[in-house]
Amino acid sequence: MSDFITQYPLLAALLALVSLGLGFGALLGFAAVRFRTEGNPIVEQINEILPQTQCGQCGYPGCRPYAEAIANTDEAINKCPPGGEAGIQALADLLDVEAIPLDEEHGEEKAKAVAYIREAECIGCTKCIQACPVDAILGAAKQMHTVITSECTGCDLCVEPCPVDCIDMISEQASLRSWQWTLPDPVSREVTIIATDATNPEERAA
Amino acid sequence: MRKIFDFHGGIYPPENKEQSLRSGIRDAGIPPQLIIPLSQHIGAASTPVVAVGERVLKGQLIARAEGFVSVPQHAPTSGTVAAIEDRLIAHPSGFTSPSIVIDSDGLDEWVAHEGVADYTAVDRADLLQRIRDAGIAGMGGAGFPSAVKLSVGPERHVKTLILNGTECEPYITADAILLRERADRIVEGTRILQHLIQPDETVIGVEDNKPEGIAALREAVQGTDIEVAVFPTKYPSGGEKQLIEILTGQQVPSGGLPIDVGIVCQNLGTAVAIRDAVLDGKPLISRVTTVTGEAVDDPQNFDVLLGTPMRYLIDLAGFRPGKKQRLIMGGPMMGVTVPDPDVPVVKVTNCILVPTAQELPTPPPAQACIRCGMCAEACPASLLPQQLYWFAQGKEHEKLEQHNLFDCIECGACSFVCPSNIPLVQYYRASKAEIVKMRADHDRAEASRARFEARQERLAREEAEKEAKRAARKKAAEEKARLAAQSDGAEDPVQAAIERAKAKKAAQQAGAEGVNEGDALEKAVASARKRLDTAQLKLEEAQQSGSDLVDALASGVEKTRAKLEKAEQALAAYQGEQPQAEAAKTPAVDPAKVAIEKAMAARAAQAALSPEEKARQDLEKLEQRLAKTRAKLEDSRAAGEEAKIIEALDATVARLEEKIAGAREAAGVAEET
Repeated sequence: MSDFITQYPLLAALLALVSLGLGFGALLGFAAVRFRTEGNPIVEQINEILPQTQCGQCGYPGCRPYAEAIANTDEAINKCPPGGEAGIQALADLLDVEAIPLDEEHGEEKAKAVAYIREAECIGCTKCIQACPVDAILGAAKQMHTVITSECTGCDLCVEPCPVDCIDMISEQASLRSWQWTLPDPVSREVTIIATDATNPEERAA
Repeated sequence: MRKIFDFHGGIYPPENKEQSLRSGIRDAGIPPQLIIPLSQHIGAASTPVVAVGERVLKGQLIARAEGFVSVPQHAPTSGTVAAIEDRLIAHPSGFTSPSIVIDSDGLDEWVAHEGVADYTAVDRADLLQRIRDAGIAGMGGAGFPSAVKLSVGPERHVKTLILNGTECEPYITADAILLRERADRIVEGTRILQHLIQPDETVIGVEDNKPEGIAALREAVQGTDIEVAVFPTKYPSGGEKQLIEILTGQQVPSGGLPIDVGIVCQNLGTAVAIRDAVLDGKPLISRVTTVTGEAVDDPQNFDVLLGTPMRYLIDLAGFRPGKKQRLIMGGPMMGVTVPDPDVPVVKVTNCILVPTAQELPTPPPAQACIRCGMCAEACPASLLPQQLYWFAQGKEHEKLEQHNLFDCIECGACSFVCPSNIPLVQYYRASKAEIVKMRADHDRAEASRARFEARQERLAREEAEKEAKRAARKKAAEEKARLAAQSDGAEDPVQAAIERAKAKKAAQQAGAEGVNEGDALEKAVASARKRLDTAQLKLEEAQQSGSDLVDALASGVEKTRAKLEKAEQALAAYQGEQPQAEAAKTPAVDPAKVAIEKAMAARAAQAALSPEEKARQDLEKLEQRLAKTRAKLEDSRAAGEEAKIIEALDATVARLEEKIAGAREAAGVAEET
């Protein structure tokens, strides 16, 4: 062995490198088969960011197809009005592209709304039920329909098919439950923090 | 003597407690009107069970709890329900909440109530139910339903029960005065709690700035196994997690609850309320509230009915309105500014602070952070407030969570020490709310995605099912057709009839579609030949096996051969007359149309006939048919066909004879008339 190496150093090195290459190649090949990723993981990540309203305002039949289009065909990231600027920002961060303003063509960012069926006027045609992408409308033929508020994504898709126009989109009202503290405005002097050890400005002047 | 531990950070703000401790607890009396908000604690709002105009008695249930984390409300005094409407509540949002408004009648008439003499004889679940029914919520600040907190599963062993008598926030003295004046009732309440959760040890933790209270408490706990632990005053040692660390040296894990380390914490006021509920059967309808600040002449503690408007209470303490007057519920560190003095006192109102503008001045505007690190030194939760501040400004929510924003107890120590006067806590509160909202949105998005995907799947499944059904139907039809084609036409008359009809239809269709008639004939020849082959094969088999069917099969073969010949002849004839036929054929003649026209003409002709003529015609037709059928029957008999066919033909003959008899009669009648 050592004789062979000393006699043919070039050949030995070549052999060693080739065998190493083959070994690692086999290992990598095995790993590629064994740990294959199913589908495109970036699609999942984009889909995670999209608001899942399934409203189709982007021009795709649902959030997932739009995510696939973004991942596979370089579709613009500014076609999702329910996601809004925050959604665009998140997508831009994920895909490492420039954040662009929302495409007005596809609608504008609106406050979250929930569909409401004026039940007295509902004729029970089931058209809205067929239109609802998340099965959030309950009812049967010739029976009154109603919206399961907690499941409604506010996609608007049920409004158009209604033959008697009995569906309203009601935007979410500010309530005790939805109220939240806001970031303080650095310019405003309105401060809600009560105690500080800062002295009275008048005292300080004295 | 218990070993006292220390927690990280903390501050020493001016206490300002002595002002309100000069006198004892004073009864605030009955205000003319009481407002009971239905939503005044963590958890679901309660539902009213009284109607407007109804007279209620003191202690009567007026709103029942909705769900597990919810508490009922009771009438604080007797009177009439004036309204159930939206009223302002003490909340930083300045929002309204549905409330029950009661006009008091001054009689203070109690509803029938009864306590338990010996609570040790009562089942634990019953005691908990009593506490729940009494509407007791934590009276320290957050207002978490006490019964929920005390519902410790039997698998959870409680090592230490801690009674929180710390009251570390400046100005507030509600617990201090309770210790001084009602130490015996605190101890009774603690005994009930002990019985309820069976802890290994019980400690009442008190800061050393309440010497009179400590003395009273020490006296009251004589002869019990309750320990009184005294420790140095520092803000915020009254925070639940900080107090646990002081008394046990243990830290509650991040995101965990005290019960995770075997500890249950209760407020002194809550203990007294539990005592009243269990021993006296009284629901939580009043509490001790401190009214203090330089804007009142007579700062003191009141025993106040819940629902009393704050204005009534501060007037009682001698309120002097000033400019830029603020009204604060809670203390100066964690309290909230109340939008209007007409808001009512609720279960968590431990203090009403009315400072003058000099006493608690509006802080100067915030300056830039100079990264001095004082906030990190003061933080009792060992967080990094300045980092959190940067991330909050940049809305870097992930980083905020990595820096344990949710361990912040919002005590305000960081804002207090900040030399730049940055309202740090406000940033944390806003960021927390934002993150909670985003989490909720994300959960919702997940749920709607799941629903969307489930729907897609369902639609696909329904489509597949429909497709499968269609395919099955098609296959069945094909199978039938194949069977029909395979079976010998002579063997089953019904099948044969169907086949004939089908062939006719096919021919018609073929005609309609302009398909060459010759093709059909050729096909007929081919199928006849095939049938002959199979029949011959069967015959050979039968001959070999010596079956007694040989004769029948032989005749079948003969017949099939005849048929084949006939078909071949027909084909030849067709082929021979083809050029003529094609010449005669008018282009685009619809055979169906022709048939319909024929039928219509026939019907018209029939309609033109007189009844006797019609009857005669019918008779003639029937006779023709009878003759034909008889001939067929003879043929079949001669050919030695199967009994089935002969029978069927016989039946047909009989039917036709009957019909002819009927027709003759009809014709006869027609002739007679």
